[in-house]
Amino acid sequence: MSVQGLRCKECGEVYDLEAIYVCEQCFGPLEVSYDHSALDDPAELRRKIQAGPSSIWRYADFLPFERRPKTALEVGLTPLIRAERLADQLGVGEVYVKNDAANPTHSFKDRVVNVAIAKAKELGYDVVACASTGNLANAVAAHSAAAGLDSYVFVPADLEEQKILATGVYGTKLVAVRGTYDDVNRLCTELSDSRPWAFVNVNLRPYYAEGSKTLAFEVAEQLGFELPDRVVCPVASGSLFTKIARGFEEWLDLGLLEGSLPVFNGAQAAGCSPVADAFAEGHSVCRPAKPNTIAKSLAIGNPADGVFALDVARKSGGSIDSVTEEEIVDGIRLLAETTGIFTETAGGVTVAVLRKLAERGDIAEHERVVVYITGEGLKTLDAVRGIVGTYEIEPAVESFTERVPAHATV
Amino acid sequence: MAVVVKIPTQLRALTGGEGETEVEGSSVGEVLEALFERYDGLRDRITEDGELRRFVNVYAGGEDIRFGEGLATPVNDGDEVTILPAVAGG
Repeated sequence: MSVQGLRCKECGEVYDLEAIYVCEQCFGPLEVSYDHSALDDPAELRRKIQAGPSSIWRYADFLPFERRPKTALEVGLTPLIRAERLADQLGVGEVYVKNDAANPTHSFKDRVVNVAIAKAKELGYDVVACASTGNLANAVAAHSAAAGLDSYVFVPADLEEQKILATGVYGTKLVAVRGTYDDVNRLCTELSDSRPWAFVNVNLRPYYAEGSKTLAFEVAEQLGFELPDRVVCPVASGSLFTKIARGFEEWLDLGLLEGSLPVFNGAQAAGCSPVADAFAEGHSVCRPAKPNTIAKSLAIGNPADGVFALDVARKSGGSIDSVTEEEIVDGIRLLAETTGIFTETAGGVTVAVLRKLAERGDIAEHERVVVYITGEGLKTLDAVRGIVGTYEIEPAVESFTERVPAHATV
Repeated sequence: MAVVVKIPTQLRALTGGEGETEVEGSSVGEVLEALFERYDGLRDRITEDGELRRFVNVYAGGEDIRFGEGLATPVNDGDEVTILPAVAGG
């Protein structure tokens, strides 16, 4: 294992591997650093990974532990699906869908929480907590229950009912805060000062965020240790987007992959687009926004890693785009009708941005594009309630013939 | 105008362990200036070249001051100004 310590992304100050997340010198974010000098044989490393467990822990050399921890739930190795009908529809060459709804609580948050709870246990915490837009709430409640830890989950009070129910069922202390996600996050940041709890996305955030790198590793491995040319990925705090890039870079540095960083396209909803706006205006920092969108899992108005997401988009020749509410629903429908995958609103945002890039002519014919679908459609049913209908008939052939058109689309 | 300033854990080594303190000022900028006079060393941690560092969030009455007038955001007697790290969440 090659984990080394924590290091400030702003000023480079180093710290021990503790439950801290902020540099005391400059307030910059802390990130896990590794010494990978012992991993100097790419062929051997590939064999080791392929012989590893069928979970994110096959990439344990790139996660922040001295020894591989025991975890209660199996996470990762979700399908990467060649989406030929989607590609045809959009007029582009090669599209793959990484369906991360196929995780225990149906979103990519299982990855980060699996890592964070392992770290919480290692550091001796009995109580886990988080500020969530919903998917993280599900994951923290489930993984804490499975690990036998108490948990407090803080969410905005207006969250989708499906996400509230699918969190409470695990027996967590679910706290509905009257405010936006940014208010919830501020409250949790304050609480983390005085409560002896492991807040997965506050004081354990440096470790938690590392889990997202496994979405880069898996895609590369599933492509036969090759890089895609382009990735399209949702942006909320910017952490996932940034860490997928970091994952590819770590493997490029070690010679596990050849080539250069893929083009990174970020996806936001127009109703909460602080990073897309900063990208469009050429700014290096994000002005906070007041969210108003059906894509509640992306409704972060004050994104912690916005500046780093901007860096990744710019240095890779990509972009951060935003799409309207109508485009989001169309995106959900397009993915469902062409791939059989029903995604939540965040996935609708991502597919809608893919469509926008295709229509804009940004995607060359020979490109291999990977689209990250990070959550499950059953969690945001309200988004599609108005667009799906049924033919109600009597249980008789005549009634069917009379009421259902021969070439029906509902 | 007496305003309570809440100070995050990461800065308490410079405030003798105090998590909050009361200072005078009629804008967020004046409040922070009074805070810096009281606790030597806080200025460089929170600001750079007279501007807030990019990973510092400041709230007046629970609202991010970037939704107001930044450091010129007015504060009233009894208001709370909260300094927090910006790198949490998501």
